[in-house]
Amino acid sequence: MEFFKKRKINLPTFWETYETAFEIPLPKQLNEVRFVVFDTETTGFDYEKDRILSIGCLGLKNNTIAANDSLERYLDQHYYHADNVEIHGILRTENREYSSELEALQHFLAFTQNAILVAHHAGFDVKMINKALKRHGLPKLKNKVLDTSVLYRRTLIRSPLLEKKESYSLDELAEKFDISKKDRHTALGDAYITAIAFIKIMGKLKSKKPLTLKKLLG
Amino acid sequence: MKNTISERIADFLKDFPPFNELHAIDLGKFSTEVVICYKEKGETVFELDEAPHSHFYVVHKGAILLNKNSDETIIDLCDEGDIFGLRPLMANETYKMRATAYEDSILYAIPIAAFRPLAQTYEEVGNFLIESFASNTRNPYSKKHQGKLYAEPSGAPSASEPVLLDLQPIRYSKKIVSCSPETSIKSVAETMTKKRVGSILVLEDKLPVGIITDKDIRNKIATGIFPISATANDIMTSPVITYTKNITIAQAQMAMMKSNISHLCLTKDGTTNSETVGILSKHDVMLELGNNPAVLIKAIKRTRKFKKIKPIRFRIMQLLEGYLEQNIPLTLVSKIISELNDACTKQVMQIALRKMEEAPPVPFAWLAMGSQGRSEQLLHTDQDNAIIFADVSEEVHPQTQQYFLELAKCVTKGLRDIGYEYCPAEMMASNPNWCLSISKWKEQVSHWISNPGPDEVLLSSIFFDYNIVYGDNALVDSLTTHIFNTTQQHPIFFVHLASGALQNPSPTGFFRQFLVEADGAHKDFFDIKRRALMPMTDAARVLILSHQIKSINNTAERFEKLAALEPNQEAFFLSCSYAIKALLKFRTKQGLLHNDSGRFIALDKLTKEEKIKLKRTFKTIKELQELIRVRFKVSNLLG
Repeated sequence: MEFFKKRKINLPTFWETYETAFEIPLPKQLNEVRFVVFDTETTGFDYEKDRILSIGCLGLKNNTIAANDSLERYLDQHYYHADNVEIHGILRTENREYSSELEALQHFLAFTQNAILVAHHAGFDVKMINKALKRHGLPKLKNKVLDTSVLYRRTLIRSPLLEKKESYSLDELAEKFDISKKDRHTALGDAYITAIAFIKIMGKLKSKKPLTLKKLLG
Repeated sequence: MKNTISERIADFLKDFPPFNELHAIDLGKFSTEVVICYKEKGETVFELDEAPHSHFYVVHKGAILLNKNSDETIIDLCDEGDIFGLRPLMANETYKMRATAYEDSILYAIPIAAFRPLAQTYEEVGNFLIESFASNTRNPYSKKHQGKLYAEPSGAPSASEPVLLDLQPIRYSKKIVSCSPETSIKSVAETMTKKRVGSILVLEDKLPVGIITDKDIRNKIATGIFPISATANDIMTSPVITYTKNITIAQAQMAMMKSNISHLCLTKDGTTNSETVGILSKHDVMLELGNNPAVLIKAIKRTRKFKKIKPIRFRIMQLLEGYLEQNIPLTLVSKIISELNDACTKQVMQIALRKMEEAPPVPFAWLAMGSQGRSEQLLHTDQDNAIIFADVSEEVHPQTQQYFLELAKCVTKGLRDIGYEYCPAEMMASNPNWCLSISKWKEQVSHWISNPGPDEVLLSSIFFDYNIVYGDNALVDSLTTHIFNTTQQHPIFFVHLASGALQNPSPTGFFRQFLVEADGAHKDFFDIKRRALMPMTDAARVLILSHQIKSINNTAERFEKLAALEPNQEAFFLSCSYAIKALLKFRTKQGLLHNDSGRFIALDKLTKEEKIKLKRTFKTIKELQELIRVRFKVSNLLG
């Protein structure tokens, strides 16, 4: 606790709890590592102007997902583009429970702790969350992050006959891996699709060479 | 708390017993307790004699194989919606079988603690549990049944096999095709044709009063005894023979024999005075009794959904296993199995075409390439396929190609659903490069033949074993003619093809020891495909194409043809044909043993005799490669 006092920044307790979790080292065995697969739905793609509308997370460990080890939050944002609402199907008037941005972030941090974050095009989601954290005077996320759109490319065979694309969409992954797209464009639904794709990607990488956490992150 | 994931689980479970009995609110609550497990192909869910888990399982996706550890006897293959591993939890005993993933599977693990209270609240759930206790498993796939259709190999049968399987309840058709006594014969016949059934029940107030079969229409209408204007009432057979739905296979057989009928009506209490719950045909009984090609073909043709073909493919594999156990000649086996696999693919095409909103704008042909094209594909392997469509005007070309790409997408998905993995190099008709008009294909092959670099040779060697699966033969013939005309103009192409055939690594080293893979996931395994099969198929291809023969794709048959074409080499080519058959059989057996493609072989698992057999074929491969080298003067090119 000494460490925090020195910084003289008055960070809320929930952030300190989150930070303490990182003092525990990550497990060595891949099947003991907890991953949190997540997705955010936003009002748009502008990091400054746009806001998060919902966050969906689920815990994944040893290829297992418990239905109640998940988090689904809809955010009460005063700001939103009318034209983006259609894409994601989130309507403010919908009869749903909403939390404030700060509440949602709190839940998110408590849920993820020191887990490894996994998302499709993870850079975007992480940056959106970091921007939101910043708005509330909080530091950036400390978790290690994996991006399924990048990992997927590593599973493809090296062949002169196959032209690799620069990037693969979540829809493409769902098709390749035969994952139902039923709940596409809800945060938790997309997180679930990403999780199954992530498991399949790990399986493919494992069949080539023994997989460790270090190799996965590297 | 309810969330998107638990809702998805509830939505899936609600269609399957006993969860279909649960109230939506209870199911919703209960679903939040479910754990989703992903099991890779071959991974174990539980072992024999393992202590019971806190959960039982429902298959969400994929398939789980249940077997007895000791002798690998297959007890059951659990498909989507099937429950397994429940009994030991309720009885508090260890698992009496082993469960492994037959393919990559997603399971819903359901905590027994959350389930038990429901069994007390809902009578139907409780009954379900009692039933699942009474019949340990339904057993359509066991080896015991197979034994009835072809003799057991000597010494194999064991006394410990589960007995009295034909005393198990039979699976029957719950979709009842029916009409009322007043329905006209014409519309009865129309319904039967539309639903593709051989019989129709005549119901009055939901009670069965009669049955009409194909035979009745033949005997009573076609002969003129009754006019076509007659009604169902006039020609139906009455009363109906009824049984309860718990009828066993043996009982059903007896009942059909006794009354000389082909359909039984199943009612709630087994009499004609209660509601009809299902119908059981001779075909159902046959299907339950075992695997034989005729029954399987019939079953394939009846399917309306991709998913329904998958269990039939599993039975085809069992048939194959049985044939190999009995040492039935591989030529015959591969003919039958290829025929069945072909029927599956054709059925997938039919289903896909029906799914498309419009009919194909122009004639087309669906080609199988690679091992499928050569009819050497006995096991599940990757799919390699292509489409040729007839030429269209420049303006409509994009939309025509788009149509066929969409069709191909649907077909390749269907093929994947029934067990053919996507081609990792995307050599599939759903790839725009492999879905071309006939003139574009001609341009393409001309390019390969006139510019034979390593990639072009590789592409030609995969593509040139094409075989039509579905569609217009004329398109394919036109392409074949074009290939031969072009190769005549570019004889150098054969030299490159021959050189490609010599690129495969050698199976044995200097001391005639096996060469195994040095690294990767298959380190220390012998790659039978790359080191033994490919050199032979590649050699056969270049030899037969240089004789201008395209009608034969199968490698063994190609060697036989070569033997006929070149009498002075007859003995040698026949030995090649023998060798390739031996290798294919080897691979197939290995594949069946490990539920994979059989490509990588663990040498330490082979018997001495098997190793000698394998090595004997290598000598033939060496001689064959020498013949290619000399005949096509390959050394010139390499030097």
